[in-house]
Amino acid sequence: MTPMLEVEGLEQRFQLSKGLLDRITFKGGRPRLRNTIVHAVNGVSFAIAPREVLALVGESGCGKSTVAKTIARIYEPTGGRIRIEGEDVSAYGPRRMLPVRAKMQMIFQDPFASLNPRQKVRDIVAEPLLQQLGPSRRAEVRERTAALLSRVGLNPEQAGRYPHQFSGGQRQRIGIARALSVNPGLIIADEPVSALDVSIQAQILNLMLDLRDEFGLAYLFISHDLSVVHHIADRIGVMYLGFMVETAPRDRLFAMPRHPYTRALLSAAPTIEPQRKTVEMELTGEVPSALSLPSGCCFRTRCPFAWDRCAIERPALRDLGGGQSVACHLIDEPQRDRM
Amino acid sequence: MASRVLSSQMVFNWWRNPSAMLGTLIVLFCAIIVIFGPLLVSQNPYDLRQLSLLDSYKPPAWLEEGDARYLLGTDGQGRDVLASIVYGTRISAMIGVTAMLMACAIGTTLGLLAGYFGGRLDALIMRVADVQLSFPSMLIALFLMSAFGTGIDKVLIALTAVGWVVYARTVRGSTLGEVQKEYVQAAHVAGLSHAKIILKHVLPNVMTPLIVIATVQVGTFILIEASLSFLGVGVPITQPSLGLLIKNGFDVLFSGLWWTSVFPGLMIMAMVFGINLMGDFLRDELNPRLK
Amino acid sequence: MTAPLLSVRDLRTWFHTFAGTVKAVNGVSFDLMPGEVMGLVGESGGGKSVVGFSILGLIDPPGRIEGGQILFDGRDLAQLPEDALRRIRGREIGMVFQDPMTSLNPVQTIGRQMDEVLRLHTRLDARARRARCIEMLESVGISQAGDRLRAYPHQFSGGMRQRVVIAIAMLARPRLIIADEPTTALDVTIQSQILKLMRRQIAEEGASMILVTHDLAVVAEMVDKITVLYCGKVVETGPVREVIDTPAHPYTRGLIDSIPNPAHRLPRLNQIPGTVPDVRNLPAGCSFRERCPRAQALCAEKEPPLTPQRGGQHAACHFPVPATQTTGEPA
Ligand SMILES: Nc1ncnc2c1ncn2[C@@H]1O[C@H](COP(=O)(O)OP(=O)(O)OP(=O)(O)O)[C@@H](O)[C@H]1O
Ligand SMILES: Nc1ncnc2c1ncn2[C@@H]1O[C@H](COP(=O)(O)OP(=O)(O)O)[C@@H](O)[C@H]1O
Ligand code: SF4
Ligand code: SF4
Ligand SMILES: [Mg+2]
Ligand SMILES: [Mg+2]
Repeated sequence: MTPMLEVEGLEQRFQLSKGLLDRITFKGGRPRLRNTIVHAVNGVSFAIAPREVLALVGESGCGKSTVAKTIARIYEPTGGRIRIEGEDVSAYGPRRMLPVRAKMQMIFQDPFASLNPRQKVRDIVAEPLLQQLGPSRRAEVRERTAALLSRVGLNPEQAGRYPHQFSGGQRQRIGIARALSVNPGLIIADEPVSALDVSIQAQILNLMLDLRDEFGLAYLFISHDLSVVHHIADRIGVMYLGFMVETAPRDRLFAMPRHPYTRALLSAAPTIEPQRKTVEMELTGEVPSALSLPSGCCFRTRCPFAWDRCAIERPALRDLGGGQSVACHLIDEPQRDRM
Repeated sequence: MASRVLSSQMVFNWWRNPSAMLGTLIVLFCAIIVIFGPLLVSQNPYDLRQLSLLDSYKPPAWLEEGDARYLLGTDGQGRDVLASIVYGTRISAMIGVTAMLMACAIGTTLGLLAGYFGGRLDALIMRVADVQLSFPSMLIALFLMSAFGTGIDKVLIALTAVGWVVYARTVRGSTLGEVQKEYVQAAHVAGLSHAKIILKHVLPNVMTPLIVIATVQVGTFILIEASLSFLGVGVPITQPSLGLLIKNGFDVLFSGLWWTSVFPGLMIMAMVFGINLMGDFLRDELNPRLK
Repeated sequence: MTAPLLSVRDLRTWFHTFAGTVKAVNGVSFDLMPGEVMGLVGESGGGKSVVGFSILGLIDPPGRIEGGQILFDGRDLAQLPEDALRRIRGREIGMVFQDPMTSLNPVQTIGRQMDEVLRLHTRLDARARRARCIEMLESVGISQAGDRLRAYPHQFSGGMRQRVVIAIAMLARPRLIIADEPTTALDVTIQSQILKLMRRQIAEEGASMILVTHDLAVVAEMVDKITVLYCGKVVETGPVREVIDTPAHPYTRGLIDSIPNPAHRLPRLNQIPGTVPDVRNLPAGCSFRERCPRAQALCAEKEPPLTPQRGGQHAACHFPVPATQTTGEPA
């Protein structure tokens, strides 16, 4: 079966400033040229089958949103391939993207910033569909908008209101209705519940899973919260500094995390049952800047196992069987794993 | 937009703010003069058949030798000063508002393009703006007028050339902020073209600060135009604005015929004062940082 | 029995806004023992931060403490004048907020800001102050503390800044720390470092702490005692394990069930229906009534008082959740 989405070696770089004058800094009294290329995503590959939920987790700045927005072609990829149902869209311009947008939609993180404050809810929800059908079929669009609003749990009679008249959870529902309007097969959700209170978060997660069953959706679900990811995902990818360091089916990742960073992440995540915690691994230090990546393994500056090979050679993602892949030299030298 | 501007909170604050109320009253008063002016005064000062040299240089009505028909006195041609002020106010206000609209349209368009597309276009527009901002606006206007010659159309062009920069810079700044926001990204995902995104999403969200700028700018333009006319490079004699009235009266000011220039001067002062009071109120109300 | 360090009695803090009076905190009471760590939890708008600000005397108009007592070591902070409060803040009560940038001055060096606190609240001389600053920075895990004193806040990362804020809060050896969402803006691995650090510091100094957060998991790992706020009122309070394992109030139950639990995954989460009501017009009777699966006629008539429950906690509910029940559904 062709995957719904297939990403191969995706790479995204951002140029911070172009002017020469802005780049000069003084280090130790001597002028230097500052690095201005942000290495946001560095060769990420994965695929999502129809009706599958793949979650990406990682700390802030590790490139999750950039992956999402590059796939949604908000950004132009600087390298790699993006295939939607087998069709390579990585070099498409806005016009050729239009039919693709009927297959792939996006839900955003910020329930306040993701809706235009000056547009009525009805127009917000109708926007993607209107682009697909054209203005001549406005009546049809309007009918579908009302149906969508009630499907996501909003009163269609409130369609004439503006976003500020709704709560955070309701706004997220509006965003979901907008994404559903074109009947896509894939929804990219960038931290859709991170800004919500737990009780509202549970409502939205339930809604998203119901919609998946009802419409046969596949999700690329992005989150930094491991318990949320455990609840919604079939498969999980762990990102660090723009690299995919481990991917595995949900239960396998939680039961047998292999990459040191995954283990640290699992042990750091607070839970309401701290007595059940099994893995204990504490990290020191902080994530290095994406402006100057470390040589070799991206995690070596914080990894408790790092040795000289990690500084020289960048570990590739290797298949361990059972759907699990890990990018770490410990796979070759397991005796160095002292935990 | 309307919902924001007319929010009940704003009306509430307006009621508790005497200077805002005063400003609004003055501006409303000027608006009435501009719209209904000719119906309010008995004389059309530019219809020569209605003038009589016998009535020249009459002082205001409450002084000795005053004439009850001419409340604020008359000028050398026997024109009613009050009627001249009413007609002059119309011309001054029309010039101020029209030039503001033109500057706003041009500046906003350039600011949107610069902020949305960035790159070379942005650099070009902003450099021109920077250069222009390094000269006083009055100087630029004077220079342009002496190059073009007098005329209302020329005044409008000069004021527009002076005034677009502030819109362009403001709009570019807000646009840079808006295009980062997720709703603009959502519009890309919905498949909108750049033109539609700019018009439907960015433009409505960068307009609010322009209301304040536009209000205050009308006042500034009225003053610049008055200065140009006073210096003799503004409007033609046949369409005298308040500034030209002041100039005409100024020539005889020291012969004791003060009313022909002082009353138009007071009118300009009041009008610009009212506009600025309103601008201050709008600035406080529409500034999200003070909320 | 020792006397409580802090005893809040029937605290009411209201905001008089254009759109009506917001009773952000409306009758909150709790005790905090010396050395005890209490979690103040609940959803957004519950009044957690306002309780914290009220204790610190940082409520500005249109807000006002309308009634109640805040007894700190026998003195009622609600009655003290501003200059007396200022002497207590920083010396006896330290504070840590969510955004470290708001508590740090961006144009002063870290050393200057730390020194200022000590000059204000202690009689140490310059040498001793510097030594104390370095000691404090090192104890929050900042290496080369001597050099770092000359750095400005923007030269630190988010996690480092929060460490500096914690160091400043602990400088004058306060007896109470109020931490409002101290790790909400941080990543989990940094959060876990900071939480461990705070717990160690508190234990070493024998201080008490109120940890304001919306994250029950953080609370479960950090505190001795929980107080749950809903619409400006305490709905449940008690020892942490009892409240989390066998909550008596349906709201607490609902909150806990809303958190996905990797240890036993359910196909659907047990969500609380509806949203937090507008505090300007709460329903009569129990504020949670419209979202509560256990509500009965009595709940609309009579506001439930905070009463003792089995397991040692107190809850404000006419029909508390039985201990055996694990979901918020009616029995
Ligand atoms: N300055 C203020 N003016 C008006 N209302 C206020 C003010 N500060 C707080 N409130 C109101 O008081 C209530 C409680 O607010 P508070 O900040 O304590 O909530 P919280 O529990 O800390 O929520 P969060 O988790 O979002 O921080 C809310 O309804 C809020 O809108
Ligand atoms: N438009 C942009 N310009 C420059 N740098 C960016 C841009 N978007 C993201 N980045 C940088 O790319 C990296 C990854 O960011 P992001 O994808 O937002 O991370 P996440 O979503 O995982 O928190 C960060 O270092 C961020 O600062
Ligand atoms: S490759 Fe080396 S540094 Fe990287 S995670 Fe594995 S052990 Fe650690
Ligand atoms: S008092 Fe009634 S409505 Fe309120 S929480 Fe208890 S059962 Fe529910
Ligand atoms: Mg992100
Ligand atoms: Mg708060």
